[in-house]
Amino acid sequence: MSVNLTLLTVMGVLYACGIYLLLERSLTRVLLGLMLLANATNLLILTTGGYAGLAPLFAKDTDPGAYSDPLPQALILTSIVISFAVTAFMLGIIYRTWVLARQDEIQDDAEDLRVAETPSFDAEDDAVIPEETSEFPLPAVEPDAGGTILAGARQMPASEAAAEERPGSRTTAPNQEGGSE
Amino acid sequence: MNIASFAPLAVVLPILGAALTFLLIRHSRAQRTVSIALLSLTLLLECWLLASVWEGGTAAVSIGGWLPPWGIVLVVDQFSSLMLVVSSAVSLAVLVYATGQGMADGDSDAPVSIFHPTYLILVAGVSNAFLSGDLFNLYVGFEILLTASYVLMTLGGTGPRIRAGVTYVVVSVVSSVLFLIAIAMIYGATGTINMADLAMKLGDLDQGTRNLLHVLLLVAFGIKAAVFPLSFWLPDSYPTAPAPVTAVFAGLLTKVGVYAIVRTETLLFPGDTFNSPLMVVALLTMVVGILGALAQSDIKRLLSFTLVSHIGYMVFGLAMSSVAGLGAAVFYVAHHITIQTSLFLVTGLIERRAGSSSVDRVAGLAKLSPLLAVLFFIPAMNLAGIPPLSGFLGKLGLLQAGVLLGTPLAYALVAGGVLTSLLTLLAIARVWNRAFWRKPEDAEHPDPVLLAAPGGESQGTGGAGTSSARHTVSLLPRTMVGSTLALVILGVALTVFAGPLFRLSGQSAAEMLDRSSYIHAVLGDEVTVPAPPQPVAQGGGK
Repeated sequence: MSVNLTLLTVMGVLYACGIYLLLERSLTRVLLGLMLLANATNLLILTTGGYAGLAPLFAKDTDPGAYSDPLPQALILTSIVISFAVTAFMLGIIYRTWVLARQDEIQDDAEDLRVAETPSFDAEDDAVIPEETSEFPLPAVEPDAGGTILAGARQMPASEAAAEERPGSRTTAPNQEGGSE
Repeated sequence: MNIASFAPLAVVLPILGAALTFLLIRHSRAQRTVSIALLSLTLLLECWLLASVWEGGTAAVSIGGWLPPWGIVLVVDQFSSLMLVVSSAVSLAVLVYATGQGMADGDSDAPVSIFHPTYLILVAGVSNAFLSGDLFNLYVGFEILLTASYVLMTLGGTGPRIRAGVTYVVVSVVSSVLFLIAIAMIYGATGTINMADLAMKLGDLDQGTRNLLHVLLLVAFGIKAAVFPLSFWLPDSYPTAPAPVTAVFAGLLTKVGVYAIVRTETLLFPGDTFNSPLMVVALLTMVVGILGALAQSDIKRLLSFTLVSHIGYMVFGLAMSSVAGLGAAVFYVAHHITIQTSLFLVTGLIERRAGSSSVDRVAGLAKLSPLLAVLFFIPAMNLAGIPPLSGFLGKLGLLQAGVLLGTPLAYALVAGGVLTSLLTLLAIARVWNRAFWRKPEDAEHPDPVLLAAPGGESQGTGGAGTSSARHTVSLLPRTMVGSTLALVILGVALTVFAGPLFRLSGQSAAEMLDRSSYIHAVLGDEVTVPAPPQPVAQGGGK
């Protein structure tokens, strides 16, 4: 199969620019990158049809090899329509992002950040359970026992650690969201 | 005239429904009726298709009378019709659930009127992808379902959804571009994009070209199926969508990617060139995915990670390229679509009942709403693979096939599969302990609705029966609970009828690995099917 070197070069440049733009943080540039990628791919499909020949309209006395291959053109037409729809949708999203956040940047996932910052210590699963040696409940930690306890990755005051051991004592304080006492 | 002549209806009926519901955009009751009726009709049709190929056999239809190597063909075989039936059943249940939710909320705060047309287009795209016997038509099917999913993902246009939607759209478009590049290169190399014709011609290419095309297709489908290094986008984008949308995405979209990988591996590129890399990828998908799930506190995100992790099982099954492995993978896909969707639907109910889907805030649901606890417990145990249920049977089939193969890598995957199953149980048990068994007072910031006096329970579970319910949003509407219950029952039915289903998936695996029935159905009986480059039965040597 023979290919057109000009088309090939243009295609390469489009792919390179498209991938470069795709890696940007600004959404508009990402969109431009996607458009370049789509067009580069259209050129690639066009290239697979080989050199241009006659228009593929059937005539009895034409050699079958002289026609252009019509299939790649049909494929390109479909893919142009699809990339058109997706581009329009992306523009809508970008505009909406700008309306909501007044910025045109990809934002970090809030839940991702939260999970990344969560220490491996989980007060409910991992905290040391105070050993109950008497049948009377343990007295609360003395207020003046101000030492710190190594709790997982962080140091925490003993009183705070103790508060976590007593469910409901701290978490349903009236100023907390959802507390009902 | 064969039964496949009716196959196009599986795509056309939902599109017709989409057009009708779009016209009825101002009449929400008519919209609901039309979409549910047409989807039920599609499901019946697909059940009939499945019944007609139940005993084996493949049928193809050429669209518009264009003969196979040039025109588009739709192919009905056991695998595709099984996928069609399961996906339509699941999407019907989700549609009922979504209309229930819309009715309960009074359709006020979101443009729900475009939900129905978009949803039906999504179903049409999924059906098209399952039926397509032409690589470019498969691409079009993918684009139809993806474009619909972009709209559903960003429904309402709130901040988090737009943020998640951007990632999702960009990643999906990149994977589609990769797929299109692969199609262009395949056309350049072979001069055809008909899958049966490709199965004949790809074997003649030299090994380097074949590998390049193979890897391109695998990467493009791997992104869609969320296979490990390419799965980063899924847990970020799925959980923010509305509950029914997340449920249907989790159930169907990744499985369409898995379906495409199965077709690539069996029909287009048989042999075991990439079996070892696929197995390594499957192992990483399983283990990394489930470790991610353990770190999450939001139930939806946790389930998204288990979704990624369990894709690993399917890749494991198909990477063995043996009848036992592929058969178990087919069964596992059917099982997983049902279970994962029902879990997401239940999570939607939990979110409604408890005001949050974070395990830090939800508590005491077992006492508050025992029905919800049962609805969560059965599919959750099924997902973790507890013995009598279908998840156990699917995993057992995969592990048996792995032991049968007997290579060190296969044993590593067997061990990884068991480990993943146990870790899934751990993740699920964490949710169960906190959300269902813990006392509401012990939760970190419990929602007021959980701390309310138990007297509120009757109003909560009873639906909108009382006169005051006109003003309060009913917490667990009957339609939503009913459709979730139906899906859970379908999951249990997969367990009860696992015998015939396993036989069917085994047969379909044998047919797919043999390839001759597919190729003969599309190209006619006179073509001779080329033997795969290496004998498959002894393929596990490396």
